[in-house]
Amino acid sequence: MTTTAVAVPESIHASPPRTIGWTNVVQSEWTKLRTVRSTYWTAVAAALGTIGIAVLGATEYVRNFNPDKGGLDAANFVLQGLYLAQIALGALGVLTITGEYATGMIRTTLTAVPQRRVVIALKGLVYLVAMVVVGEILSFTTFGIGQAILHTKHAGASLSDPGVLRVVVGGGLYLASVGLLAFALGTLVRRTAGALASFFGVLFLPSALIDLLPSSWRADAIKFAPANAGTQILNTNRVHDMLGPWQGLGVLTLYGLVLLIGALYLLGRRDA
Amino acid sequence: MIEVRDLSKHFGSTVAVDHLTFSVRPGMVTGFLGPNGSGKSTTMRMIVGLDHPSKGGTTVNGRPYSAIRRPLHEVGALLDAKAMHGGRSAYNHLLCVAQSNGISRRRVSECLDLVGLDGVGRKRARTYSLGMGQRLGIATALLGDPQVLMFDEPINGLDPEGILWIRTLLRSLAAQGRTVFVSSHLMSEMALTADHLIVIGRGQLIADSSTTDLIARSSQGYVHVRTPDVDGLAARLRVAGAVVDSGVDTLRVTGLDSAAIGELAALDHIILHELTPRSASLEEAFMELTRDSVDFRTDATTAIGRAS
Repeated sequence: MTTTAVAVPESIHASPPRTIGWTNVVQSEWTKLRTVRSTYWTAVAAALGTIGIAVLGATEYVRNFNPDKGGLDAANFVLQGLYLAQIALGALGVLTITGEYATGMIRTTLTAVPQRRVVIALKGLVYLVAMVVVGEILSFTTFGIGQAILHTKHAGASLSDPGVLRVVVGGGLYLASVGLLAFALGTLVRRTAGALASFFGVLFLPSALIDLLPSSWRADAIKFAPANAGTQILNTNRVHDMLGPWQGLGVLTLYGLVLLIGALYLLGRRDA
Repeated sequence: MIEVRDLSKHFGSTVAVDHLTFSVRPGMVTGFLGPNGSGKSTTMRMIVGLDHPSKGGTTVNGRPYSAIRRPLHEVGALLDAKAMHGGRSAYNHLLCVAQSNGISRRRVSECLDLVGLDGVGRKRARTYSLGMGQRLGIATALLGDPQVLMFDEPINGLDPEGILWIRTLLRSLAAQGRTVFVSSHLMSEMALTADHLIVIGRGQLIADSSTTDLIARSSQGYVHVRTPDVDGLAARLRVAGAVVDSGVDTLRVTGLDSAAIGELAALDHIILHELTPRSASLEEAFMELTRDSVDFRTDATTAIGRAS
């Protein structure tokens, strides 16, 4: 800390690229994501929640196993913990952006790359790719562990069974889609508390409010509520009166995309 | 080169910046002075595109900030020492900023060295003192080796050694031909560091001149005279048009310079014990310049007091 003599180099040695490319921004955003501890905490919390619930649920099922009581959706059953994982990973999605506003880092970010919409869109992309990877690892690992326990009573499912691979792949994609929603809300609201509240609100409130709607709307409202639409991908067999698995995941993703586009539009207009 | 043209910024009905026009030239340290809340930070934020002007605009090296292709290579800004994620280490903070503009890891280490943080680069920024935070902010500004540097209150919270360090750094950056724009409310510090001063109050330009001119032009310059014949000399000087405040054996004379006072005293055979021109300090010059804007505020407060 005793550098009273200052030597500022006349110029830097490395010849920099002519313009900022999207690879520069992606590299930078990846560094940001991997150099804060909240990334690892939330991933560990998501893993513990998902695997823990699968182990508990499957063990309990095996202990009370009744061969006459059939009809278990074994893939869906062991992936129930994804509902916990979505909270942890969604919170990460919110924090990825609101953390920058809370710390003031956003001013450094937007000064370094004034193309605001590009930086934040690429930040979202880096987070989403990470979510797909984490989500798929989590979904496949949990499925494997859960089925290993269920198989002791030959009650498990196999990836080659109809619809099962779609459920397990869909588990990871569902987490990423929820993450997109969280990131979009974080970009829109900018403050951590408000963004987290709106994230939980969008995810959980519709099912509580549906009874308040006129009865003629209820069927559609239930179908198109974000969480209801998105979780259809986790059912091995299509549920009557609900959206199809991919259709439902598409609807959830669309909510996230529309919110993100709105948030990016405002981002360009507001003072940072 | 930074140019600000007819720049205004309104927040609702509050006018933060009011038709500001000035330029900041390379090769010297330009101080940006004004009382708290006078619009210095808002102006700087508009220069780097964080806030949108309500009217007018700014350019850096002839282009609006958003049109600069590699901003960190042209402009380095320290707007807020805390503009970083506290959970990230200094090295990683610099790294992620550097990567966004394609700057190498080697330059990141160099910048840590440059500000004297090389020993603590792996520590999380949250654990840093205010002074270390300022140094890290300065390292961030220097990453791209930019021609234009902008620092908002860089010596806030620094110890004397840190202040000396910043002063030396600013001067050496300017000596290399860079444009150095530094805001402060510490006039005495700017008197030592800045070659040129831009003074604003209530968002309006009050002065734009060299530091020496600003002090010299200030109406606070006077001549201090000590004489056994206070009354005689005072009367003589008043006849000559000077404004004179008398003390027991001293006079404070404005309106005549020391040469004229000496000659008048010699003509009347009045003995002088001391004849000293006193220039106002920058502090005094600043108070004089911004008195109107500050007075206005005091009046407003009084009016509110009366109304209630």
